[in-house]
Amino acid sequence: MTILAKHAAYKLAYDELREHGVDPFNVRFDSVLSPTEGMLAGRRTILLGTNNYLGLTFDADCIEKAVEATRRQGTGTTGSRIANGSYDGHMRLEQALASFYGREHAMVFSTGYQANLGVLSTLVGRGDHLMLDADSHASIYDGSRLGASEVIRFRHNSPDDLYKRLRRLEGAPGDRLIVVEGIYSMLGDTAPLKEIAAVKRETGAYLLVDEAHSLGVLGETGRGLAEAAGVEADVDFIVGTFSKSLGSVGGFCVSDSPDFDLMRIVCRPYMFTASLPPGVVASTLEALVKVRAEPELRVSLMRNARRLYDGLGAMGFETGPEANPIVAVAMPNQEVAVIFWKMLLEAGLYLNLALPPATPTNVRLLRTSVSAAHSVQQIDTALAIFADVGRQLGFLGSDRRRAGGVI
Amino acid sequence: MRQNHQLALVDSKVVGWGRPVRDDISAIFEQVLGHPVQVSDGTDIVEDLGMDSLGVMNFVMAIEDFYDISIPLDRIAQIQTVGDLIHAVQDLRSGTPA
Ligand SMILES: Cc1ncc(COP(=O)(O)O)c(C=O)c1O
Repeated sequence: MTILAKHAAYKLAYDELREHGVDPFNVRFDSVLSPTEGMLAGRRTILLGTNNYLGLTFDADCIEKAVEATRRQGTGTTGSRIANGSYDGHMRLEQALASFYGREHAMVFSTGYQANLGVLSTLVGRGDHLMLDADSHASIYDGSRLGASEVIRFRHNSPDDLYKRLRRLEGAPGDRLIVVEGIYSMLGDTAPLKEIAAVKRETGAYLLVDEAHSLGVLGETGRGLAEAAGVEADVDFIVGTFSKSLGSVGGFCVSDSPDFDLMRIVCRPYMFTASLPPGVVASTLEALVKVRAEPELRVSLMRNARRLYDGLGAMGFETGPEANPIVAVAMPNQEVAVIFWKMLLEAGLYLNLALPPATPTNVRLLRTSVSAAHSVQQIDTALAIFADVGRQLGFLGSDRRRAGGVI
Repeated sequence: MRQNHQLALVDSKVVGWGRPVRDDISAIFEQVLGHPVQVSDGTDIVEDLGMDSLGVMNFVMAIEDFYDISIPLDRIAQIQTVGDLIHAVQDLRSGTPA
């Protein structure tokens, strides 16, 4: 018996996975060559599961800015902004975010996870009501537990269920905060934001959208789903991350709430952790410039997403409901999922094996994320590998074994 | 279902709170699980009924719809047995703040 023995059930499940001779949660790259390629076990491997939507991790200007800032200001801040003070870069990044979104205020966190912890635990407190989509990301659930508000879960992407639950609260004191995501990270589906905004208006609730996977991806100027759905005026708070389309690390929240800056002295996940290092801040600032200046990145991204989504669909794989840069393929059970994943990897294609409880409705997924940096040829190679493995496992052709109705 | 619920309510005035809510709940269990079940106050929802987390969530949502209530997450976390669930439902229906 060890102190960790209480997690025995997880260990059992993990051991079962590893019986297939793979460890999908502990993949070791020898090196990463580009936004779309890495070396794995001595083999050149296409990266089709790293959320690198705009391919900016190797952008020459972003790298240059990071190097220059590191040389000039050092590798780290060695403390939080309330203790060690803010650097010029932190302030400029917050101004740039506020200006990008056309909002009064912006606040930067050290990760997107911490942004959700901080914002959700601070905006609502005892006597308030937090309304979460049932398929929310772990950071949203964890943020809801850090605060003292009552937490109510509504059916995934169901404005009706949300409305019903808000109506049940009629007459109860306290603020209501609705939390949804722009693009949901497992199936790549978007929130029905127009309808949710209507519910918000009718019930007098506040609305927060986590645009982690939609910043730089959706909307005319890349501001995300709120922009694409034309409801930015109804969204009171936008949370996001630098770790996906912006190719670095960090999180943020923007808002027009007049006393927003009060968060800086009450929001613990902001106050009690070290601020982002100058190099990260500098590359993020440059990435934000690219999102604005290079809309063609979004065009390539969507072209690749559509090609992969349509290609997989045409082969008979069951994918999520929308062609977005996250394309998930449903697997009939865990064993097939693990074997499929392993065979893809051995053929030179890396993507995410997503298993419950990280997935909605107990579904097993091969989760891909497409990048603007993928060439059409890489997408076609990925499709060919899928077809080949699918054929070997009896998914395609006459012996079609589809995952029937699991998504 | 609604009809049943009304009956249960009438019943409850005569027999007291515990029984009718339990009857409703076992009917909902049967619906979600797809087979008949015997439940008592001591029945452990996960251990005895073999529900996974998704099953529990679907079940809780069915209960919420049936009684037109929302059970907050911290309350759900405290529910282990059918008795706990009955208690939570009674609390929320009588308008006791969660
Ligand atoms: C919806 C959502 N929110 C927040 C996060 C956390 O982002 P970060 O990687 O910056 O901690 C993620 C990414 O994992 C996410 O998918």
